[in-house]
Amino acid sequence: MVDFNRFTLANGLKVLVHEDPTTPMAVLNILYDVGARDEDPEKTGFAHLFEHLMFGGSVNIPNYDEPLQRVGGENNAFTSNDITNYYITLPSENIETAFWLESDRMLSLAFSEKSLETQRNVVSEEFKQRYLNQPYGDVWLKLRPLAYKKHAYRWATIGKELSHIENATMDDVKAFFKKHYTPQNAILVVGGNVKTADVKEMAEKWFEPIPAGDKYVRNLIQEDIQTESRSETVKANVPLNAIYMAFKMPGRLNADYYAFDLLSDILSRGQSSRLYNSLLKDQKLFSDINAYISSSLDAGLFIVEGKLVEGVTIEAAEKAIWAELDRLKAEVVTNKELTKVKNKVESVLVFSEMSLLDKAMNLAYYELLGDAELLNQEAEEFLKVTAEDIKRISNETFGREKSSTLYYLTEKHA
Amino acid sequence: MLNRQLAPDFKQVSTINFIQPSQQALDNQIPVYTIYSGEQDLVRIEFIFNNVNWNVEKPLQAIAVSAMLNNGTSKLSAKDIAEQIDFYGAFFQTEYVQDHSTVTLYTLNKHLASVLPIVKNVLADSQFPQGEIDIYIQNQKQKLQVNLQKNDILARKEFAHALFGDTAYGVDIQAKHYDELKREDLVSYFRSAYAPDNCTIVVSGKFEEASFHLLNEQFGRNWELGKAVKNKFNFSLLPRTAIYKDRPDALQSAIRIGKLAINRTHEDFPGLQILNTVLGGYFGSRLMNNIREDKGYTYGIGSGISSLQDAGYLFIATEVGAEVCADALTEIYKEIELLKNDLVEEEELTLVKNYMLGSMLGSLENVFSHADKFKNIHLFGLGYDYYENYIKKVKSITAEEIRTLAIKYFNKEDFTEVVVGKK
Repeated sequence: MVDFNRFTLANGLKVLVHEDPTTPMAVLNILYDVGARDEDPEKTGFAHLFEHLMFGGSVNIPNYDEPLQRVGGENNAFTSNDITNYYITLPSENIETAFWLESDRMLSLAFSEKSLETQRNVVSEEFKQRYLNQPYGDVWLKLRPLAYKKHAYRWATIGKELSHIENATMDDVKAFFKKHYTPQNAILVVGGNVKTADVKEMAEKWFEPIPAGDKYVRNLIQEDIQTESRSETVKANVPLNAIYMAFKMPGRLNADYYAFDLLSDILSRGQSSRLYNSLLKDQKLFSDINAYISSSLDAGLFIVEGKLVEGVTIEAAEKAIWAELDRLKAEVVTNKELTKVKNKVESVLVFSEMSLLDKAMNLAYYELLGDAELLNQEAEEFLKVTAEDIKRISNETFGREKSSTLYYLTEKHA
Repeated sequence: MLNRQLAPDFKQVSTINFIQPSQQALDNQIPVYTIYSGEQDLVRIEFIFNNVNWNVEKPLQAIAVSAMLNNGTSKLSAKDIAEQIDFYGAFFQTEYVQDHSTVTLYTLNKHLASVLPIVKNVLADSQFPQGEIDIYIQNQKQKLQVNLQKNDILARKEFAHALFGDTAYGVDIQAKHYDELKREDLVSYFRSAYAPDNCTIVVSGKFEEASFHLLNEQFGRNWELGKAVKNKFNFSLLPRTAIYKDRPDALQSAIRIGKLAINRTHEDFPGLQILNTVLGGYFGSRLMNNIREDKGYTYGIGSGISSLQDAGYLFIATEVGAEVCADALTEIYKEIELLKNDLVEEEELTLVKNYMLGSMLGSLENVFSHADKFKNIHLFGLGYDYYENYIKKVKSITAEEIRTLAIKYFNKEDFTEVVVGKK
């Protein structure tokens, strides 16, 4: 149970407070409702590049990191296809420094040319390090455009290509800031050894004077229902053949989300899971096999991926995956198997309350979903899922005509 | 009118409270250290075993035993073990690091009585079925092939081997080592190392008297003694070595530079940690400021000091654009020289001190982190005065002391430099 208090400032900024007196620390987490899905198709990777620029100084404070480190704090941020999330942890007695820093960069950035130039380089190196210079590193750069034809999920947060980042201009930066980084478009969570009344006072002092700005109205082109089986073959300098299968599934707010999460657990959570035992241990077709969901806000992906044992043909490997998926469509999972994945989820939820930062991030994310209270109802939602639900969603999802398959093959067998 | 240019007042962290463990022993003398917290109804139990009986001919023994521990006993198959642990929502993890092999159980308290017998069965009676060994060998060899395409991993392997040779700290694992794995060696290593006389238990969470009895019932008896000789290594400082591995298509080069130094038991260690923080130990460090934030050569660069039982070492690691590799190397050495020649300015030093104290406070997030802090000292035979001294040193160290440490430990002629990629 994560308790919280909630209020909204006059400029529309939502504020949540989680009091946890057991820690000497505090967290200030701010979620901006903007991600890679909000980008212009010709300027992809921008939400993430912008995240880097948020550390390049703000209108009244030339350096973001230094003053924070000086009071014993640390910070970081991440960008996804849906959101951009910034967080600070610091000794709770110095929490006001976090308000000062975070509110100033919501007010306005310094927009320094030097910072833009450096971060373009840094992000280009990040692109190389994580996506281009790694075996299988570019899988998502290939799989997304295969699975999505219209929706902005067809590119990864890092962007479609290096040139989009290299060509970013200061005008782009300013326009993006004005459009997305407004109080109305953000959720602030303060947690730890703090009192709601003090947080309210500081929020009113530092954040309330920021102009509300214009409300960003999202109007994304949604993906059509997929009706044909898709595939693509890539040959690369990698040691092993691999297969990546993506199936369309509903967005995060769909009532079946929890059933999908459990379905991926049945297939692939831990060493008692189906794919691990059947495909890796018994049939020895894969040296590595996984299933997971993308958990995106708009229609997402259910992924099955694996690396093949040398000598196994890609056809045999794919056929074996389909056999497991077809089994889920034909047979109801046993009560014992369903209870097992539910018990595991129960544990995960209890253990996740050990981390203050996780609690703060979760509150912000669930508030974005509509109501932070949903976080505390999750356990119940998982318990409601039935074996029939699992069978039903398997039938709705695992169709050939709904699949996008990437064959990632080694050049040495070419 | 709000003055946004003026930073709010702040305080340096003054007190940091460590939760110290209570100590008990099982009937067979296994020490049990408990860090208690009653907030959540859960517990983590770690069984820590020294790595033992090092044999360079069989460098994978300890690693493979750790990885394959949950692959079957005389009573339970690998699948049975996984099914039962998962059914109770518990987590069973094995971890091998240079000095220790650890088996960790995470569970909600309501399932503790059900899962402990499974863990006991695994720890006292693992059988390492040949079929499972074959799968392990095949899949590990495949993973190795993928890893050998990663420049940062290659650099790490080259570096460790240069510093530590064919010891548990440095041995260069190759595919043939997997092919040479024999079931009898795994069984024999398991019997020697996973034994009550080589075991320390660290518990964290809501662990009360009744739980201790459950633990004692399972692990305090009916568990055979082993015949382990704890690993012991000696190393000496190398003359400057440069290792370069050309990777024709590399977009980035992985750099790893470092040298043998001291471990946690040495009196200079806290001071060296401060020096390391200034150089590359945090986001605002000199290496990050210069090589990422000023030059944009990399996504990240950092330095660290690692403390092992029989050695300590310093390292700087990064991946940089292949075309700027030579420039990055120049800048790295420049930053090292600066620390030897110039005094750190007061403003930077205060910042680093405050940052390190805040970071120490923040690293004590929950009962598990308190247990981790305990392991850091206990496994080196140190007590909580280590942390007292550390905090005192962070608060009091002077710029002169930092320069003295830089001169003592940052001699370029002692550095091993590894570059994998393009130079």
